[in-house]
Amino acid sequence: MATETAVDVVMPQMGVSVSEGTVTKWLKSEGEQIEADEALLEISTDKVDTEVPSPASGTLTQILVQEGETVEVGTKLAQIGGAPGANGQAQAAPPEPATAQAAAESADASGAEGETATADVVEEARSAEPEPPAVVPVSDGGTDGKSFVSPVVARIASEHGVDPGQVQGSGRGGRVTKKDILNFIEEGAPAAAPAAAPAAPPTPVAPPAPPAEAPVAPPPPTPAPPPPQPVVAEAGEQFEPMTAMRRGIAEHMRRSLDTSAHVTSAIEVDMSRVVAIRKKLKQEYEKDYGVNPTYLSFVARATVETLRDYPWINGEIRGEQIVTRNYVNLGFAVELADGKGLIVPVLKHAEGLNLLGIARGVTDIAQRARDKKLTPDEVQGGTFTITNPGGYGTFHGTPVISQPQAAILGTYAVVKRPWVIQDDRGEDVIAIRPIMNLTLTYDHRLVDGALAGRFLRDLREKLQTWEVAAY
Amino acid sequence: MAEKTYLQAISDGLREEMRRDKRVFVIGEDVGVYGGAFKVTLGFQEEFGAWRVIDAPLSETAIVGGCTGAAIMGMRPVAEMQFADFISCAWDQLVTVAAKQRWRAGTPVPITVRLPSGGGFSGGPFHSQNPESSFAHIPGLKVICPATPEDAKGLLASAIQDPNPCLYFEHKHLYRRIKAEVPDERYETPFGKARVHQEGDDLSVITWGAMVYTAEEAAQQLDSDGVSVEILDLRTLVPWDKQAVLESARKTSKVLVLHEDTHTGGFGGEIAATISEEAFEDLDAPVKRITAPDTPVPFSPQLEKAFIPQVEDVVAGLRDLAEY
Repeated sequence: MATETAVDVVMPQMGVSVSEGTVTKWLKSEGEQIEADEALLEISTDKVDTEVPSPASGTLTQILVQEGETVEVGTKLAQIGGAPGANGQAQAAPPEPATAQAAAESADASGAEGETATADVVEEARSAEPEPPAVVPVSDGGTDGKSFVSPVVARIASEHGVDPGQVQGSGRGGRVTKKDILNFIEEGAPAAAPAAAPAAPPTPVAPPAPPAEAPVAPPPPTPAPPPPQPVVAEAGEQFEPMTAMRRGIAEHMRRSLDTSAHVTSAIEVDMSRVVAIRKKLKQEYEKDYGVNPTYLSFVARATVETLRDYPWINGEIRGEQIVTRNYVNLGFAVELADGKGLIVPVLKHAEGLNLLGIARGVTDIAQRARDKKLTPDEVQGGTFTITNPGGYGTFHGTPVISQPQAAILGTYAVVKRPWVIQDDRGEDVIAIRPIMNLTLTYDHRLVDGALAGRFLRDLREKLQTWEVAAY
Repeated sequence: MAEKTYLQAISDGLREEMRRDKRVFVIGEDVGVYGGAFKVTLGFQEEFGAWRVIDAPLSETAIVGGCTGAAIMGMRPVAEMQFADFISCAWDQLVTVAAKQRWRAGTPVPITVRLPSGGGFSGGPFHSQNPESSFAHIPGLKVICPATPEDAKGLLASAIQDPNPCLYFEHKHLYRRIKAEVPDERYETPFGKARVHQEGDDLSVITWGAMVYTAEEAAQQLDSDGVSVEILDLRTLVPWDKQAVLESARKTSKVLVLHEDTHTGGFGGEIAATISEEAFEDLDAPVKRITAPDTPVPFSPQLEKAFIPQVEDVVAGLRDLAEY
């Protein structure tokens, strides 16, 4: 069904805290046909990289935001159907009900897709409803200039979080002039919204001040921060722009190290029982469910069990409080192709999953992380994280905690090693055993070394004595 | 310090350069025996002799071409066009040869061409023009437009010392009308450094030459409205003081560009475009231009008044900006 009504594609809201996104790639070009739900573009936010499916079928008539551009959530990115450029005009005649219905249906179809982030749909068909027209005419007489905001007024308004509409204008036709808005701010304008860049963290140092009679005065007009020093490439060096994801990782890593007191403890685990059980289960799981029970799934399952006894390790410091919970949202660090980043999808309520459920969940979110098909909710809310750098044969590491969690478990390569055990007669003998190292990196502010040691000991015990019944 | 007319300052400055530097000589139509059409070089031939104050035939091409050759040979010629309008005859020598010589061959061409320019005395289409924008468009030439006696002397010294061909536009309307203190000693006024003619907070006027005074009179009227106007005298168009212009634009957010030259392709367009490119987010009104219209300069005094931006025109423009 071709859409005759123009349908806007807008930057979707990828999680509550996300205010903007970057268009990384257009998968269709202007003039191409596209089906509803077919991938239209890729976007990148500081939380997640994802594909945006088309909200409707039709011709991609207009691309409004080019690759590499970062725009706010809700910004129109493209238009499907309609005449190119016609979108800006409010539709005079309401579209035929049939068309409106169709567009709404197509919007619903994509909305029901659930798994993938769907672009918000602003179909102009809605104007069939008796709603105010999109372009609100200025009430007191057309082009009197009041609605025009000059560049400098717009800049000052955004720097101070002031709505120019609140300012009494003295310019022609009541336009708000630079002087008007500066006076407004000086006289103590109530800030409409926090400015984009918070000036400084609140400092709860001073004792309660005398009751403020006036609303908090906004900060005096601060000069724009000096532009960052231009970076210069030396001979032989090349520049590569940082992706939103890389900037996000960089910020988070630094912040984590600045927040938590990182300490790492390690333990060696004899994986003989797990290896044996996995060997048996692998065929069954693959045949019946198409799922590979990886070592990671076993470790994850045992970890969830162990965390039940160690709520602080599954906890968090929040302000002056220690948060504990009756559930485990388990994050898994997933490397994206080409070493171009890392994402931590979260398996929610892992305490309710058995080995099969965990194996299936891990496979699913890891695959969707690589395909950029995660939804923002799936990368948030973790309570504990497992990272698995062991795939490359490493036997030790000191991972960085995913804030605001209290700890992160590292799993490493399973290696056959000479291992001292006791035989049936209680004699020491050397056996060949598959050994895996586990590390727990924990926030020493909350988790003491002894607690971490006991946690690792119990986790090892569960893995070494794995019973089929523990599935 | 002594009070001097704009014309006297030019004359004294030129004489001083000739006294201190034997390479400096003057050439032009009637500059010798007659002392120049405006008497800038009156008495020069007596002091420096006919070989350094040369009466040239009626050929601007020959004057500028000769100067170019002499400059390449190490001299520092100062040519006088009787009227700036006549420089079009020397366009080829100036634009094709002098402006490009250093680029092509590496040899400097330190010539100064004095150009009595501007209208206001019913001189008509051949004796009233302000052709500075045409030459500001030519890479390799410098364009100087002094407005005050002090600058007239200092910028002339800089032009004569400069290794490039310099077009020195001296505004005829200012010759004897403008009098001000001029330092007695020798000094050079640097190129590309604008002069704040008066400081203000609400509006900026960017201008040069005779229009500085038109702006000043207009600003006085705005002052009684309670609107404070900043006037920036560019002094030189090539190079021009972009930084000062942008600073003033950022300060007042409302800019009027004023020039006596005609509108289309006038240097004011360059200034306005630069402000909108580099200070867009500081603007509170569109950058406004007040210029002469796109016609030749009329003879009739009434029409010439309508042609050259008058104080009333600037007042109206400033009020329009203030009310925007």
